[in-house]
Amino acid sequence: MTRETTVKATEPSSGTGLGTEIRLAGVTKDYGLASPAVDDISLTIEPGEFMTLLGPSGSGKTTTLNLVAGFETLTAGTISLNGADVGNVPPHRRNLGMLFQNYALFPHMSVAQNVAYPLRERKAGKEEIARKVADVLELVQLTGRDGDYPSQLSGGQQQRVALARAIVFEPKALLLDEPLGALDRNLRSALQVEIRRIHREVGSTFVFVTHDQEEAMNLSDRIALFNNGHIEQIGTPQQLYTEPETLFTARFLGDSNVFELGQAALDEKVAQDGESWIVEPGTVAAHPGVRASSAIVVRPEDVEVAGSRDAVPSGANAVRATVRDVEYMGSYRTLLLAMGAGGLPGRARTSALRGEYAIGDTVVIWWWPRAQRIVAA
Amino acid sequence: MTSPTKIGQVKTVQVDTGPALSRRRYTKVDPIPWWLKVLGGLVVAFFVLPTLVVIPMSFSDATTFQFPPKGFSWRLYENFFTNPVWLDALGNSFLVATLTAVLATVVGTAAAVALSRLQGRTAQFVRTLLMVPIVAPAIVVAVAVYISFLRWQLTGTVTGYVLAHTAIAVPYMIVSVTGALGGFDPQLLKASASLGASPLRSFVRVTMPLISRGILTGAIFAFIVSFDEVVIALFLRSPTFQTMPVQMYNSVTVEIDPTISAASSLMVAAVTIIFILPQLRRGRRGRRQESHADDT
Repeated sequence: MTRETTVKATEPSSGTGLGTEIRLAGVTKDYGLASPAVDDISLTIEPGEFMTLLGPSGSGKTTTLNLVAGFETLTAGTISLNGADVGNVPPHRRNLGMLFQNYALFPHMSVAQNVAYPLRERKAGKEEIARKVADVLELVQLTGRDGDYPSQLSGGQQQRVALARAIVFEPKALLLDEPLGALDRNLRSALQVEIRRIHREVGSTFVFVTHDQEEAMNLSDRIALFNNGHIEQIGTPQQLYTEPETLFTARFLGDSNVFELGQAALDEKVAQDGESWIVEPGTVAAHPGVRASSAIVVRPEDVEVAGSRDAVPSGANAVRATVRDVEYMGSYRTLLLAMGAGGLPGRARTSALRGEYAIGDTVVIWWWPRAQRIVAA
Repeated sequence: MTSPTKIGQVKTVQVDTGPALSRRRYTKVDPIPWWLKVLGGLVVAFFVLPTLVVIPMSFSDATTFQFPPKGFSWRLYENFFTNPVWLDALGNSFLVATLTAVLATVVGTAAAVALSRLQGRTAQFVRTLLMVPIVAPAIVVAVAVYISFLRWQLTGTVTGYVLAHTAIAVPYMIVSVTGALGGFDPQLLKASASLGASPLRSFVRVTMPLISRGILTGAIFAFIVSFDEVVIALFLRSPTFQTMPVQMYNSVTVEIDPTISAASSLMVAAVTIIFILPQLRRGRRGRRQESHADDT
């Protein structure tokens, strides 16, 4: 990304919709509250990328999406589409499709009229409209429902109509604001598959907002994890899961066993709870905050459970724990643990076939040093 | 009707199809006792019968007021439709009421849409301020209008009547449109903008069709507020320009002309028809939406 943002504020040219780069530089939105809703965010979304803005509610992800869409005005910073600054372009000229949690279909229009809406606003010809509407309804597998009204469709069907409406005019990018939030679990995963397929077929840039980490991991090329108005970490789902930089990231994505170290010297060994643990240099996060305050994070699936110290192989890090509860998950069991002298809450995943542990048992849990991660706390 | 799902159903139905259906459901749950029906009938009779008395009177063949009428004749209607004074007054009233309805629709809808976007104390204050013409004594408004319009030379003009009547009709328009906007999802405007529609286009293609019922109701109210407004009209009248209510007032106080019973009957019929027509339309639409809801 060597292009500089010296381009004047111009309307984005209506392109093919393929491969729009969205660049946010120093983006800030301040409502005059205690802290800005979005605080100096810089983020470049590559052409054709599926980027998810993930985070808890109030973390600024939806505000960021609304800034990109043009529904909110910037307090500071720039947003550019393919290098063209859109800060002063009103939403209806940005040429960005958008999906909403509540579908936002026009209730007084049929499916076909809803889908034709953006085409009619662009003064497309009758035949062109008919052809494109038919094509896009086929893409979302709603052929034959043209004449139905939104109130006659299920939630999943309504969101598919909304999706068709948002991509039929070949927008520069598609913005999705928790589009699956109102659907039940089965429908959600079916629509996830659908959205992924359509992203592949359309090839456009997708910006997806969600607070659901599973959804984010499942769909995204990259995830930007939001926390308190700033981006905590950007990376592929795998990077965020296996190489978290901060404790927030580790805790937000998946389950973690956490041992807070405070300000510790991160040499080859760290002392924790009377144990001495091996530290491999490659497992220490590059985040500058690590020096000030750090924590060891181990995923439940990387933890092994042993009956006693003798069963722990040499070179492994181990800690004593008490079984608090056992969750039977079908293909595996999760042991809920109280770890170490302090009784830290922890989880270990064991095969359902392996030895049974009962509530109250004292066990030793262990993991290989390369499986742990030292993050900024 | 005690299980939570049932309650949920009733609630959904209310949201989808409006008050007509929910009222019917409610009577199934809670039957109305006979004495309440009788009481209701009496109240209706008390309010409606005096109005209906003028209708048989209008077919009387007497030259003075007479109830019950002795003979049947169309004479009073003949008087009405052959007397240019009455016809002019009727024409003037229709003209003023129509223009008032149009002007109040534009101003009132714009105000209601603007108010729906405002929040907090300012909005509340402006909303209250706009309701003042409804609660202010008619005579106070009339005197104020009269004094101002004398200076601006608007008395006895169509413009004067329309402006004054619009001022008192706009609050009704705002109430009606604000009610319709209550069920309007503002997210639809975001969707419309994202699809390339300018704010004006969004208003025309999305907002207006969805609040059309409220606009229509408000327009009818505005028309009728103007059509039977008498206090301001008395002040603004000129020898050459009078509205129906003023002419009716004259005919009773000055001329003692029984033609007024024909005029009154026509007024009652006109106002009733204007009110009932959209009700019939609404009933049809309500049933169609109900069938939609059943499909899902």
